[in-house]
Amino acid sequence: MQEVTTEKKEFTPNIVAFCCNWCSYAGADLAGSSRLTYPANVKIIRVPCSCRVNPMFVLKAFQQGADGVILCGCHPGDCHYVTGNYYTRRRMALLFSFLNYMGIEKERTRVEWVSAAEGARFSAVMNDFVKTVTELGENKRLTDLRVKEGE
Amino acid sequence: MKDVEMKMKERAKQLLESGEVARVVGWKKGDFCYDPSPATFETVEELDNFVYDYFCGANLSKYLIQISKKEGKTAVFLKPCDTYSFNQLVKEHRINRENVYVIAVECMAKFDIEKIKEKGVSQITGVEVKDKDVKVSSLYGETTLYKPEILLTKCETCQKTHQVKDEEIILHERPERDVDRFAEVKKLEAMTEDERFAFWKEQLSKCIRCNACRNVCPACSCVKCVFDNPASGVAAKANDSEFEEKLFHVIRAFHVAGRCTDCGECSRVCPQHIPLHLLNRKFIKDIDGLYGEFQAGEEAEGKTPLTSYTEGDAEPNDVLNGEAK
Ligand code: SF4
Ligand code: SF4
Repeated sequence: MQEVTTEKKEFTPNIVAFCCNWCSYAGADLAGSSRLTYPANVKIIRVPCSCRVNPMFVLKAFQQGADGVILCGCHPGDCHYVTGNYYTRRRMALLFSFLNYMGIEKERTRVEWVSAAEGARFSAVMNDFVKTVTELGENKRLTDLRVKEGE
Repeated sequence: MKDVEMKMKERAKQLLESGEVARVVGWKKGDFCYDPSPATFETVEELDNFVYDYFCGANLSKYLIQISKKEGKTAVFLKPCDTYSFNQLVKEHRINRENVYVIAVECMAKFDIEKIKEKGVSQITGVEVKDKDVKVSSLYGETTLYKPEILLTKCETCQKTHQVKDEEIILHERPERDVDRFAEVKKLEAMTEDERFAFWKEQLSKCIRCNACRNVCPACSCVKCVFDNPASGVAAKANDSEFEEKLFHVIRAFHVAGRCTDCGECSRVCPQHIPLHLLNRKFIKDIDGLYGEFQAGEEAEGKTPLTSYTEGDAEPNDVLNGEAK
């Protein structure tokens, strides 16, 4: 029991956060300028809109070693391009549900809406997500679904 | 079924002779009784090889992408499930509807030769159907099989009806089928993540990336595909990168989400017997549950679930946690 806990503490997950330029990315900025912290292992990728995130980006992130992927966009109704995040919401709901159907742990994928004014929320969301993924451990499943037993 | 075939052949002959159509798309005899293949007939003589029987499971709709661009009208025989693909392709502006004359034909469910072979029958020379009994004759004699056990997987749960027709050839009433097409999906959903992962790893490890599932799919008709390597001189075979090879199945299924008509062709053609329909049906089931029932191909216009939204759509996190209403 003891051993397991130590092992988990040492593991630092790679987290990829796709952040919309108009809200969450600015939210991250605000978190920074308000001196709020979030883990350094969150790698932010700035996108013009959460709806720019092709499902392939998410899969590629996992394949390249991400242990968790989070998408952040403007709150529904507040999209800079009016409706982008509504499409994101459907797309990601289906994609993440599908990945879980294939056996990918559901804690590894997440969508959160964070506005430019929500620096504190940004920091809280990231801290919580990193904590969840850290507890979950390394992503082994979404690197190659086709790997055979023992290979 | 012989009477239906005769009617179809007769009609094809009329259409060709009168010049109403320039060609007819149907099925022609194969080397064996169980491998008829899709074919185009341009003359009355060619119709000698015309066939329509229990092995004509192939969906003809996708062929019309190319054929409907040719000069002159094309007549095509479509089974109920094929008409959904047809509509979907018209909706996506892939088929030139004006150039096609659709003859709806009855379908009494089609057979899966692999399932017949699994029953230990080989060297098959013909089948004869009486209700639920199928008399299979082979070089070694005769065997009677139970029809529901040798159907193509896609036919087992099919409830489809013709969505398009310019005329129809329907002589018999279709037997009722009431199997739940999501039964297998539900079984998987009820498993743990670990069990599901093991299941899919086992299944997908069999894939040889022959691309048959992609090539047969009426929803997969992009001219350029992300799975092709533009630098490879050979079309449609090499992968663009290792990544795309690995996650091929996730991307393929997502790409057809909301457009897949559940025609079942992908599972039918897979030489490795991977149950690809269980991937597509997960998307269909989720879409039905979250955004209201939707059957791709029912309409030849309008939006698909992934190109529309409502303000109150479920949140992805709630869906994952099973809390979505
Ligand atoms: S048809 Fe089967 S073996 Fe071929 S690429 Fe598709 S899943 Fe793989
Ligand atoms: S994914 Fe399979 S079932 Fe769906 S349209 Fe394509 S071939 Fe038919």
